[in-house]
Amino acid sequence: MTLIATQSLTKTYGGRVTALADLTVAVEPGIIGLVGANGAGKSTLIKILLGLIAPTSGQVSVLGIDPTADPAAVRARVGYMPEHDCLPPDLSAAELVTHLGRMSGLPRTAARERASEALRHVGLYEERYRPVGGYSTGMKQRVKLAQALVHDPDLLLLDEPTNGLDPAGRDAMLALVHRIGTEFGISVLVCSHLLGEVERICDTLIAIDGGRLLRADHISAMTTATDVLAVEVSEGTEELAARLAALDLPVARDGRLLLVPLADDSTYDLILGAVAELDLPLHRLDQRRHRVAELFATRELSHA
Amino acid sequence: MPEPSTTAMRSTPTGVIHDIGYQRYDGPRLGRRHVFGALYLHGVRTTFGFGRSAKAKIFPWLVVGIVTLVAVALAAVRSQIGEPVATYAQFADSMSWLVLFFVAVAAPELVSRDLRSGVLPLYFSRPLPRSDYALAKLLALVTALWLLLGGPQLVMFLGAAFTTKEGMRGVWNELLDLLPGLLYAGLWAVVFASVGLLVASLTGKRAFAAGGVVAVFLMTTPIVGVLSILPSRTANELAGLASPSSLVQGVGIWSLGDLLLGEGDQGGLSIGGFGPVYALAAVVLVAGATALLLARYRKVAS
Repeated sequence: MTLIATQSLTKTYGGRVTALADLTVAVEPGIIGLVGANGAGKSTLIKILLGLIAPTSGQVSVLGIDPTADPAAVRARVGYMPEHDCLPPDLSAAELVTHLGRMSGLPRTAARERASEALRHVGLYEERYRPVGGYSTGMKQRVKLAQALVHDPDLLLLDEPTNGLDPAGRDAMLALVHRIGTEFGISVLVCSHLLGEVERICDTLIAIDGGRLLRADHISAMTTATDVLAVEVSEGTEELAARLAALDLPVARDGRLLLVPLADDSTYDLILGAVAELDLPLHRLDQRRHRVAELFATRELSHA
Repeated sequence: MPEPSTTAMRSTPTGVIHDIGYQRYDGPRLGRRHVFGALYLHGVRTTFGFGRSAKAKIFPWLVVGIVTLVAVALAAVRSQIGEPVATYAQFADSMSWLVLFFVAVAAPELVSRDLRSGVLPLYFSRPLPRSDYALAKLLALVTALWLLLGGPQLVMFLGAAFTTKEGMRGVWNELLDLLPGLLYAGLWAVVFASVGLLVASLTGKRAFAAGGVVAVFLMTTPIVGVLSILPSRTANELAGLASPSSLVQGVGIWSLGDLLLGEGDQGGLSIGGFGPVYALAAVVLVAGATALLLARYRKVAS
């Protein structure tokens, strides 16, 4: 089943500002990374998926339902974690998540049970009875995630879940999101402006820029094809490059490094053989996984 | 669904809570009516400070205490002298300024707090329609205000019913007096709630919202005062339309007559033959405020 599908989705504000332009994607269930610089249209897409705003033109379907026609049916099966602060400071996490569970249609006892389960899964235990106002940013992000999980959705829409977290907090949040996507059996759309972050956990990557689709594909399709071997020799780099080129290996220079695309294991043998024949001092030979960022290297995305 | 790892369970010492993994929920999911009801009840509880800090309970219960005390006193005096000191409607009228302060605290508590904390996206990303949110809050405030005025009226009724010297007939007559009083309390509740909630929904700052609510009701009173001393009888008789409070009193005078004014008492406000105008104005005011409230929530936090 297709999880999210859009067809020529366009959203303009006031006829002038274009947030999304002719976006067509179809993604399968799993963990989906949605990356783009600030203002690329990520939040707009999420709001359209939730039926909170209507697209100017184009079609959209979430879990097989059209959110413009039946937003309530979509929202019943989707959990949303907004980017910005959204927690009333004087309520405890347990009270808030229970209340929001009831707002999703859970009966009173079920809401209470599921709220404490959801809070436990995100790693909040005794502190859930304290007012949210005294929480750290990391704990607040966890509460926001818990409220999106409380009604057991089939899809989570997470808008910048690592916002404001320190490196350790980011890793913990990403591990949690990965766990939800794999162990809990809930599909997740993670929105981020940091490509390096989401590519670690997602199966599918959607990159948008200026409201336009840059690329949408399985992360494996984006990375395996571009694995390269980096070779460094202390001297004779030129000779080695010539020899490798003679062996029909497409060599690229990167400073003192020679980059050779990894076709299969025989590529190793060819390189080692060439180095041995020329009797060069081999400094290093390692497999380098192309970062997905390099796919968008010309865009500012990679530094965002 | 992942099974708990059996090796992990064996190797861990006893007394440890095992992570049993994530459980999917396949129980009932209630529909729109139930969600509306849950939000409504939550709102009523919020106005009286239930489920909130002890500090938040002080003011609502101070007001509840005062109005109940007044009602008990009225019932006690009446049982002694055998004559009603104030009718049910007069009681509602004289308590209106206290109700106003109650609204000024409760309305911001209901809507401004949610605006301020930014929690609305969490509501609106759920199946609940935006209009349901606004209407549930409005209905909750109406209910709370009606309880605030109707509860003490019931105390007065019970006091009168138990001390009446005319047996069942006396109780019945008393009940016939009580019912218009409760309706009049309802009118106060609807007008105060619709206007108060609309004002409060405009700002996320609770202090501003409270000030705004009080201002709308109190600042309009001098206009009534000015209009009622103009040398035109029509202007005098329509003066009450200028303020929500005098508007309610006008409707009361028109519909309840001497139940509100008492015998030979011409009160402060004279409405002449404009009773239906007052009634119409009240309907327009409530409908307009509610429509604006709904329009406000179509836009906010989208």
